[in-house]
Amino acid sequence: MNDNKKAGVEVANEIAHRQPSAGEKRWEEQTLKPALKRSPERQKEFTTLSDVPIDRLYTPADLPEFDYSRDLADPGEYPYTRGIHPTMYRGKIWTMRQFSGFGSPEDTNQRLHYLLKQGQTGLSIAFDLPTLMGYDSDHPLAEGEVGHCGVSVSSLADMETLLAGLPLQQVTTSMTINSPAAIIWAMYLVVAEKSGADWKKISGTTQNDILKEYIAQKEYIYPPAPSMRLVVDTITFGAREVPRWNPISISGYHIREAGSTAVQELAFTLRDGIEYVEWVKRAGMPVDEFAPRLSFFFNAHSDLFEEVAKYRAARKIWARVMRERFGATSPRSWLCRFHTQTAGCSLTAQQPYNNVVRTTLQALAAVLGGTQSLHTNSLDEAWALPTEEAVTIALRTQQVIAHESGVPNTVDPLAGSFFIEKLTLETERACYDYFQKIDAMGGMVPAIEHGYPQKEIHDAAYAFQKEVERKEKIIVGVNDFVSQEERPIKLLVIDDSVARHQVKKLEEVRQKRDNARVHRTLDSLASTAATDANLMPYILECVRAYATVGEMCDVLRKVFGTYEEPAFR
Amino acid sequence: MDNSKIRVLVAKPGLDGHDRGAKIVARALRDAGMEVIYTGLRQTAEQIANAAVQEDVDAIGISILSGAHNTIIPRICELLHAEGMDDVLLVVGGIIPDEDIPGLKQAGVSEVFQPGASTQTIVDFIRNKVTSG
Repeated sequence: MNDNKKAGVEVANEIAHRQPSAGEKRWEEQTLKPALKRSPERQKEFTTLSDVPIDRLYTPADLPEFDYSRDLADPGEYPYTRGIHPTMYRGKIWTMRQFSGFGSPEDTNQRLHYLLKQGQTGLSIAFDLPTLMGYDSDHPLAEGEVGHCGVSVSSLADMETLLAGLPLQQVTTSMTINSPAAIIWAMYLVVAEKSGADWKKISGTTQNDILKEYIAQKEYIYPPAPSMRLVVDTITFGAREVPRWNPISISGYHIREAGSTAVQELAFTLRDGIEYVEWVKRAGMPVDEFAPRLSFFFNAHSDLFEEVAKYRAARKIWARVMRERFGATSPRSWLCRFHTQTAGCSLTAQQPYNNVVRTTLQALAAVLGGTQSLHTNSLDEAWALPTEEAVTIALRTQQVIAHESGVPNTVDPLAGSFFIEKLTLETERACYDYFQKIDAMGGMVPAIEHGYPQKEIHDAAYAFQKEVERKEKIIVGVNDFVSQEERPIKLLVIDDSVARHQVKKLEEVRQKRDNARVHRTLDSLASTAATDANLMPYILECVRAYATVGEMCDVLRKVFGTYEEPAFR
Repeated sequence: MDNSKIRVLVAKPGLDGHDRGAKIVARALRDAGMEVIYTGLRQTAEQIANAAVQEDVDAIGISILSGAHNTIIPRICELLHAEGMDDVLLVVGGIIPDEDIPGLKQAGVSEVFQPGASTQTIVDFIRNKVTSG
């Protein structure tokens, strides 16, 4: 094998060519050819959803250099292709974590309690767009958006309502927040502190992955460098003060939703991970002190095998990168622990009940791929945030897979499939090629500033759209099997009363709090932001004084500036 | 520049950053030979109306997925009216429930393209309306 180093990891230049056996050659002549003559195949070429060519048949000939201990190894051992735990779901079923958040903190608090009562095992909170963009609910740009895409949180008072009565030391809470992640996390920590929960014992995740915001979801506030500094501050603060918290969830989900291929999702996500590790190391923290708490978040799209190969490759690549490129010595630093969400972009507005089936298949891929936690989308989410009825079916889908399908009874059941192993190798290979390109650009931040990953994703999204329009890819109910008469479904409606309620509560907070203390804490946040000291303690002080998300973000906007993405050509 | 080219402003109002749809439509319109100006993200109603005036466009396509359409779109319509741009074709795409469509059309929107609409449908609609209007 011709070895060379790609992105700091020893990888083969190319995957060994298939070497068909005499038996296979005979089969081709005697069995296959006459069969093809009698009835040709449905199409000339077959591909995955991401347009990776798929052969008719995979045999041992496809894996001439396959080495079990190097390429797979047993579960719980390096490079973890088969899973991060030796027993996987025989020991513990994945965490069922439905992402939820809408309306006021009161509305969402009620939904969170409901989900726990239905057997959900972890919490996951969605915030509305004003919160995600660092605006209070009374900001002019928040008009029409308060409580629409998630829950509205402007100050500690909202967070106190949102988390009321939840056992913070027992449940793990995931919060999907990025640009203002340090602020929202600080609010969570202060609520925990006030309720007597120990920071050393609480656990959860803040998404806090700003790179994929520039790449895909586009909810950024500040330019990349100060944004990265905030991420570094949260990671190092977490490693010291909240050791069981995952300070970041490095996310491919949104990259895929923006239209990327499976390989792009994997490559850009893991390369983002590399970027974070480099920045934290540069800030002076040894890799094994923070790497064990880095977590990941992937999409589960509709091509079952392509997705399974992606998850398996993810674990293998991350383990090798951490060990070979960064010299991490703690096995916990090598683990790619990930959450999965089924693909929102695959849901159809047409014939929405079909979405239950899509979601089931996607959830199955995530489980076959060894996910640590899972969100299943609801059937109505192509139209709106889900109703309670729809989200219950989504949760039940996971429970059926967990308790009826038999799939969790053995570890990595697809291992050894010639097809899955070949696809895993190909996915891995393609991922290193992207790493090499991005390394050559000087890393992910310069690549983003050049618009490179954005352009790659857009091209893939456009190609996919064209394929759908030419009916080269079929979406049931959209470009084929269309029904003329459709039964409408009941949707969740968020009305303006939420915004009025939130604005009124915010006014009360501003009146009741000690405004001199607010100004004092905001001033020290501003002056510290201009230095390179860790900002978390200063943000915590602002939060304790009931300073708002908008006020804190405004302070940082002044110091850091704001970001505009490169023009779309 | 070819003066017969249809000029379209593709705009993303509101706080939502999901631009997959807007960019796909922008590219499809370009591939169909139209002149496309994409505003970029998070434009206010005022910015969009100003851009429409400055760029002297024949049509405006607004992409919105956040659920804020009932607040934002009527305001854009009012501003266009105030600028005397009632003859500019206005289309909207995104997550717009059926029941919101009549209100948007009353405000001045010509057509709403819901999830699953093909780019060809959008291209054809704009071309027919602009060339016949």
